[in-house]
This record gives sequence, C-alpha cells and structure tokens, in this order.
Amino acid sequence: MTDETIRDVLTRRGLSRRAFLQVCASVTAALALSPAEAADMTKRLETAERPTVIYLSYQECTGCLESLTRSFSPGIASLIFNDISLAYNDTLQAAAGQAAETAKDTAMKNAWGKYVLVVDGSVPLAQNGAYCAVAGRSAVSDLKRAAGGAAAVVAVGTCAAFGGLPYAAPNPTGAVPVSEIVRDRPVINISGCPPIAEVITGVILYYTTFGVPALDHLHRPMNFYGNTIHDRCYRRPFYDRGMFAKTFDDEGARQGWCLFELGCKGPITHNACPTTKWNGGTSYPIESGHPCLGCSEPGFWDKGGFYKALSTPTGHWSRTGVVSGAVAAGVAAGLSTAAVARARQGRAQKKAASADSEPKNPTS
Amino acid sequence: MNGASVLDFARGPVFEIALAMLIFGIAWRLVGIFALRRPVDYSEPRAGTGWGSGLRMIVSRSWPRREFRERVLHWDIVSYIFHVGYAVAILGYVPHIMLIRNLTGLQWPGLPGGVIAFAAGLSAGALLALLGHRLTSPVLRRLSNFDDYFSWLLAFTPLVTGLMAYYGIGGNYQMVLGLHILAGDILFAWLPFGKIMHVILLAFSRGTTGAAYGRRGAPI
Repeated sequence: MTDETIRDVLTRRGLSRRAFLQVCASVTAALALSPAEAADMTKRLETAERPTVIYLSYQECTGCLESLTRSFSPGIASLIFNDISLAYNDTLQAAAGQAAETAKDTAMKNAWGKYVLVVDGSVPLAQNGAYCAVAGRSAVSDLKRAAGGAAAVVAVGTCAAFGGLPYAAPNPTGAVPVSEIVRDRPVINISGCPPIAEVITGVILYYTTFGVPALDHLHRPMNFYGNTIHDRCYRRPFYDRGMFAKTFDDEGARQGWCLFELGCKGPITHNACPTTKWNGGTSYPIESGHPCLGCSEPGFWDKGGFYKALSTPTGHWSRTGVVSGAVAAGVAAGLSTAAVARARQGRAQKKAASADSEPKNPTS
Repeated sequence: MNGASVLDFARGPVFEIALAMLIFGIAWRLVGIFALRRPVDYSEPRAGTGWGSGLRMIVSRSWPRREFRERVLHWDIVSYIFHVGYAVAILGYVPHIMLIRNLTGLQWPGLPGGVIAFAAGLSAGALLALLGHRLTSPVLRRLSNFDDYFSWLLAFTPLVTGLMAYYGIGGNYQMVLGLHILAGDILFAWLPFGKIMHVILLAFSRGTTGAAYGRRGAPI
C-alpha cells in the first residue's frame, strides 16, 4: 500500500467530490451493490489507501490488457493514476529490462504481504517451465515468488483463471491456471476471453474497499458471474417460443431470433455480458448477431466446436467408425445367435422326425 | 466431477458408447430374429399371403377390443398420454431436433418450450400413474420383473431431469443438463436390450402375428 489515500490523490489531482461520487456510483452500479453498500463503498474509498498492484503476464495474448485499457468507468487512466498504484506491468510501463525488474522488486519489497497481484496468462509447467520465462526466470518460479508477498491474487482472463487456449488439448506446454500454482492465497478468477473491462476494474476496486468478494465454486465474483448469459439474454423469449436462427443470414437471424442452433453457449456460460456489455455499454456478442462462445467457462476451447449446438454430441470419436463398427458387430452377433438357434431347431426337428419314424409299440 | 465435466462427459464419450450400444443392439436383435428358421406352413392359405392382415393388426391392436374396453380403456388412455407426451417432448423440442439432425441429417420445425414442458409434465404424471397401477394391481405385479421397473426408471429420469433443466431447478444448470443427457445416453444404451425395444419390434411382432392369423383366415 502507498501512504496516500485514494481521496488524497483525487484532491491533489484537482478532481471534485462530484467527480469522485460519479466514479463511486458507476462502480457500485456495475457491482449491483445495494444503496447502503454503495454509501459504504464511497466512505471506504475516501479513506482507503491506494493498493500497490503488480500485474504479471505469462502465456497470454495481451487481449485481457487490451480489454482493461477500454474500461469506461472507471477509465484505465483514472484507475492507475488515482485508485491504484500500478507498480509493474510490462506492457504499460515506460521502463524496460533491468530497470523494470528493479522497480518490481522494490515495489514488492516495500509492500510485501499487502500488494494485489494481478496475473494474466496461464503458466507452463512442461520442460521445467521453459516455455515462458521473464527476466531469466520461468513463469512458474516468477509467479511463486510474487505470490509469496501478495495479499490476494487476481487471475485475469480465462488463461489465468482456467488455462484457456494454452490449456486446450493437447496442451503442449503443460499449461495450468494460476490457482494450481498459488494455493495459500485467495485467488479471484475474472474469466473471459477477454474479461469485460468494467468487471476487472470493478473487482479491483471492490477488493480495495471490501476485500475478497463473494465467489462462486470457480472462484469468480458472484456480482458478475452469478447469472448465465441465457438468464439475462434479450433473445430469451425467442428461445422459449422455439424461434431460432438457422444460419447467419436467414430471416431468423435478421429478426434477432435465438442463436442456440448456431452453437450459442449462453445457457451454460456465467458472465455479465448482457448486463454490463462491452465498449461502454454499447453491445455484446449476441447483440451483434454472434452466438456466445462460452469464453468465461473452463475448457471452452474443447467443447466440441463453437458452432455446434449445446444439445449435440461433442464428436468425441469418429461417427462413421462408431456407426459402422456397431453395425458390423451387431450383424455378426445376430448371425451367430441365429446360427446357434437354427442348429438347435435342426436338432429338435431331427429328434422329432426320428421319434415319428420309430415303430409304435402295439401294446401302447 | 463438476457440472461442466459431467456435461462434457455426457455429450462426449458416453454418448458415443451409448450410440454404439444402441446400434449394435438393434442390429443384433433384428438380424437374430430375421435369420431364424421359419416353420414351414403346409396348410392352404385362406386369405392370400396375410400381409394385408399384418398391416391391419399393427393398427387394430392399438386400441382395446370391445370385450375388454370397459376394464382397460382408462389405462390405455393414460398409456397414450405418456407415449404421446414423450414423443412430443422428444420430437418437438428444438435442442432434441438438433441432436436428431446431427445424427441423421433430418430436421423439422420445433414447438415452443411451454408446449414441450406441458407435454413432458403430462407424460411424467402418466408414467407415475402407470407405476402406481403396476404396483397395486396383483396381476401386473406378478407379471412384472426387473426389466419393467428398470425400463420405467430409464424412461422417467430423462423426463424429470429435462423438466428440471428447463425450469432451472436443482442448482447448477450444467450439472442438471449433464445428468439429463447422461440419462438419455443410458436410455439409448439400454433400449435394445430390454422391453423398451418394443419401440422398434412393435410393428414387426404385430405384423408377423397379423400375417399368420390372416393366412389362416382369422378376423383381424
């Protein structure tokens, strides 16, 4: 933690109390907090010390950070200049090389046991972690070292939360999620590929004021991951009425009908897309006519195909192989059974015929 | 196992194994029956080959004869409610049609979810009533064996889990959906090996009996 409170920083930067309250209102609205909690959050944010945040990136595509930079409320500039003290992020910082590593080490030393560690990307374990190294250290050793002094770890993006793309079969790098490495600290998973910007900033601000939020069984904040996309989808009435788009350019698609047949994973995907939306509340994928890929769920790359309906098989084995093998085996078994039955019938008939041909006992 | 892994398991390897067992079992039983030696009928046919009678019997046996109607008609109606409701739920629900399309390439328009839920609810209620009848009727109880009760359970479980998934009952949706698909997989796998095989053998058994009766001149 830095010595300055968030309110001190805002005052020093000339932000009015009204602007501060606007930020608080938008964050509490995004978190769906009650009015009492909203007032409490405002009070706490005024007195809360700015937390030191160290942001590490491993096997990732930087999409999560791209998403974070598009946060509207609070904006990324407001977040890193006012609300948190971002001590290390290899993409956003000006420093590079040894200077950056020294800054990170100093920040960790100064805030040991108190800083928030944000991680995006999965951690490779194969080949002793050689697939991803930062400053000559493998990702796994770097993460273990940084997590040792963290008050909490925020795993941003599906790669950090559940392994994501690197974890997908055949997982050549032996990638694992952050929670498999960090077991002695609270880990908050903010899944999504990428996660919604306001969800990332909202969770960080929530942690700053209230601590670890209520989490679901996958350690995701309930405020944002409590409902499925399907629960809040504006196309849900079409699902209930059995009206589905069959292709991306048919009448159903133009009329905005349900995208279930086009592979929508909304019924099993927990995220805030339909409520928080993207790009400052502009829209979300389904609103743009594309089915939900289920990107905030574990193993979403390996669920049989993005455009396969949820009720269809994932295609675990070759369908031709399964069907032809089963037919051949069934016919063979049927013919064998019939042959045994025919042989038995033949023996019974012979026995009956020989019994008929035997001379009858005249006394009987 | 969490909900996601149960769902993936049910949609993945278990479905393929169930499909293989279904196809294997149907092929085994049909080939086994049709390859049996038929007894030679030396008698003079009284009414052609009897194929017309066979087709007539498939239909005529679908309703109780006048002599038995008063005693069994209401249970036949309950049975029809179960069967029709089941067929509507299976063939009318779009996610099910998607599965059929995936397997066969065939598809047709679906029905609204409310209609499906109503049909499935009726069907489940009818199944419960039929189980109650089986358990309370001394004759039926004596005639029933493991296959009857197990087949009943396998028919009932997908209905209940399907309704639970539709109405969001039972907690984790992925788990409930996974269990529903798993129940369907087990039904698929068991179908050829128990009494549920009547969905396929019904036409053959009635047709064969009708043809034999017709050949001998019995009224169908």
